[in-house]
Amino acid sequence: MIPEIGHYALVLALLLAVAQSVMPLVGAARRDVAWMETGRMAAFAQLAAITISFAALMQAHVVSDFSVLNVVNNSHSAKPMLYKVSGVWGNHEGSMLLWVFMLALFGAAVAGFGRNIPPTLKARVLGVQGLIGVGFLLFILVTSNPFARIYPAPIDGNDLNPLLQDPGLAFHPPFLYLGYVGFSVAFSFAVGALIEGRVDPAWGRWVRPWTLVAWASLTMGIAMGSWWAYYELGWGGWWFWDPVENASLMPWLAGTALLHSAIVVEKRDALKTWTILLAILTFSLSLLGTFLVRSGVLTSVHAFAVDPQRGVAVLGLLILATGGGLLLFALRAHVLKIGGLFSPVSREGALVLNNLLLSVSAAVVLIGTLMPLLLDAFGHKISVGAPYFNFITPFLTIPLVMVMALGPFMPWKRADLGGILSRLWGVALLTLVSVMLALWLAGVKPVMALVGIAMAGWAGFGAVWEVADRVKLFRVPLADSLSRARGLPLGAWGTAVAHGGMGIAIAGMVGTTFWLAEDVRVMKLGDKALIAGYEVTLDKVEDLRVANYQTEMGHFSVRRDGDLISTLTAERRWYPVAKMQTTEAAIHTTFYSDLYLVLGEENPGGGGWVVRLYHHPLVPWIWIGSLVMVLGGCLSLSDRRLRVGVPARRAAPVSPALQPAE
Amino acid sequence: MTAFMPSFSHRAGTSAPLSWIAAALVAAFLCVPALAVMPNEKLADPAMEARAREISKELRCLVCQNQSIDDSNADLARDLRVLVRERLVAGDSNEQVLAYVHDRYGDFVLLRPPVTGYTALLWGGPFALLLLAGLGTALYMRQRRRDVETMPVPTLTAEEEARLMVLLNEDKSGDGR
Repeated sequence: MIPEIGHYALVLALLLAVAQSVMPLVGAARRDVAWMETGRMAAFAQLAAITISFAALMQAHVVSDFSVLNVVNNSHSAKPMLYKVSGVWGNHEGSMLLWVFMLALFGAAVAGFGRNIPPTLKARVLGVQGLIGVGFLLFILVTSNPFARIYPAPIDGNDLNPLLQDPGLAFHPPFLYLGYVGFSVAFSFAVGALIEGRVDPAWGRWVRPWTLVAWASLTMGIAMGSWWAYYELGWGGWWFWDPVENASLMPWLAGTALLHSAIVVEKRDALKTWTILLAILTFSLSLLGTFLVRSGVLTSVHAFAVDPQRGVAVLGLLILATGGGLLLFALRAHVLKIGGLFSPVSREGALVLNNLLLSVSAAVVLIGTLMPLLLDAFGHKISVGAPYFNFITPFLTIPLVMVMALGPFMPWKRADLGGILSRLWGVALLTLVSVMLALWLAGVKPVMALVGIAMAGWAGFGAVWEVADRVKLFRVPLADSLSRARGLPLGAWGTAVAHGGMGIAIAGMVGTTFWLAEDVRVMKLGDKALIAGYEVTLDKVEDLRVANYQTEMGHFSVRRDGDLISTLTAERRWYPVAKMQTTEAAIHTTFYSDLYLVLGEENPGGGGWVVRLYHHPLVPWIWIGSLVMVLGGCLSLSDRRLRVGVPARRAAPVSPALQPAE
Repeated sequence: MTAFMPSFSHRAGTSAPLSWIAAALVAAFLCVPALAVMPNEKLADPAMEARAREISKELRCLVCQNQSIDDSNADLARDLRVLVRERLVAGDSNEQVLAYVHDRYGDFVLLRPPVTGYTALLWGGPFALLLLAGLGTALYMRQRRRDVETMPVPTLTAEEEARLMVLLNEDKSGDGR
């Protein structure tokens, strides 16, 4: 009964989405307030309907209702509760339901917040959101019904792919989708503005919070995915330039560019046409990501729906949205008025350079990801893997990071580059110190590692220096600096924190890429292995049966200079229902580096186990940095300037000499 | 890879026939990552082993999804790893080993595609794009400068003035930009 309610609610949501798209768009064209208002109500109602539908599927998974095909295929009665819940979106149908749920959530949020948005623009934004909803709800109902029943109901289910039964991965899809789908709001605002024929600084202000939410979520989602790959796939790789990873990286790069260009629209009323285009492209890349992953064009752990028909349907949606958006852009972009003027060396100029480099980066990832597919169509099979991307990306990321630290120091309109560089002496000095430190600790080779550390230092210390500069640290009494820090807008803190996070993450990437130490050896019980100053002993190996898997556990003790510092357990798991084996690495982290142990198979010949030992310097910083970046996004988001429509709070008294924000 | 699993499953207490498990495993885990280079594959000379690892990262495991032979435990990847080491022991340079494998398996085996007519867009594209985007931006900025100079000063309607005042007042939190 409950699955049928869920199915019915989904059909209802489709009808409401139709209402949400038609009524406000027509209403806005005819300036009919009642029709426009209907759009808001439809958005709330649609959210309610999809929530019911989503809850119904959740219920089926939680109680293991094996009369529902989706539960049979992706669940098992012995599966831990966390994964029964996350199993809802750990499959094609459920994940698409999550997609439309997020879409409705954003639609309702636009309807509920932003009372300051002009009614016609808001109606049009809601209308476009409704149209996207119609497309995806139709897609689910026609090709991917999550509520399909099976008769007779089997005794038990087929279990979820064990690789997905992991706390890190349980919440990776919701964050990722929050990001993908969040960019739909930017898209709708762009299309709405094109229909309106008008973009002004206020538009930049309305778009930025949504873009920030999407960006922060996507950053979080990608970081979680990469963290999971690091500890779960079993040799400590954190990014593989896998097409599916690239699919999430493209909208992230474009979205990061959008975040920055929207600032220029907001502050300087410039780059409007470009920002509109970027908003359309960012969401298109999100859809492309959905298409690449869902269609099975790329086969990987993500492609739980290898079904060409569905692929074609998502491709159709992608073409409709992108094509429609770009067509409208071509027809209407000329009506947008030209905004403020600026010199190439200025805050705007730095942001233009940021956009240029980020967009080209997104294009490079796109080319690298799609080229094998394209050439395959002409009968040429090539592979584009990590060596290609690792060769190309430094050409884009090094200048990007250099500008990243400089940009926030630049005033709008016109800047004096020499003056700014001389103000950055401290950043240069600290960067030099970190390079010397790296040189002392790790030696001169590989040189790229030193370049990488220089980038990380430049970005990280640049961000710290920026805040110090703004609060006039050590130039005025400390108490004054503190009060300046309190007066600094959260947006400015957000910028510095996010940029600093990037610096931390770069250091992590560099450390584990260039200074990794590894060893693989056969260890018998009691054997010792040395790696990076650690002495690792294999103490015991035991077999256990837990929940829905069996496990072989290797117990290790780790000593440094003779002192026991940790005991670790590495596992090899066997999921009998899914017939899959996974490894659970044992990780000892000091926050500066990880000791990473993997228990391999029993040595076929002479007893003992194959054990892999890795030492990953700085690797935790990748995810610490990512979290700091997300924190930066959240800080920016809570800047009250972005909360248009919130009743104005009493402005805090601020000293007049305060440095301008951002 | 497949050889060890029956014993593992057996020890873990499953009663399913070993051959059946082995067959399922061949199908399911051809390319499970993580368990790549085995101790018995390693070369005695650490420098040469390091070179072998470098080369392995450039070669694709042909039966896998986007994995290098260094990352994959598929039998074919293992064969290629052994082959790479054999060539190195035979005295080949890194380039010669890559060329040797390339000759036998074609472009598909190289994770860094060779520069040919077909991959021109792949290798030239990023740089051409960067150049074009830079040029386009420069031209656009010049053009805009001209446009702005000839543009009439826009004026706001009374209603817009009022909205502007509201927004500006909200901004008084001190950022000033």
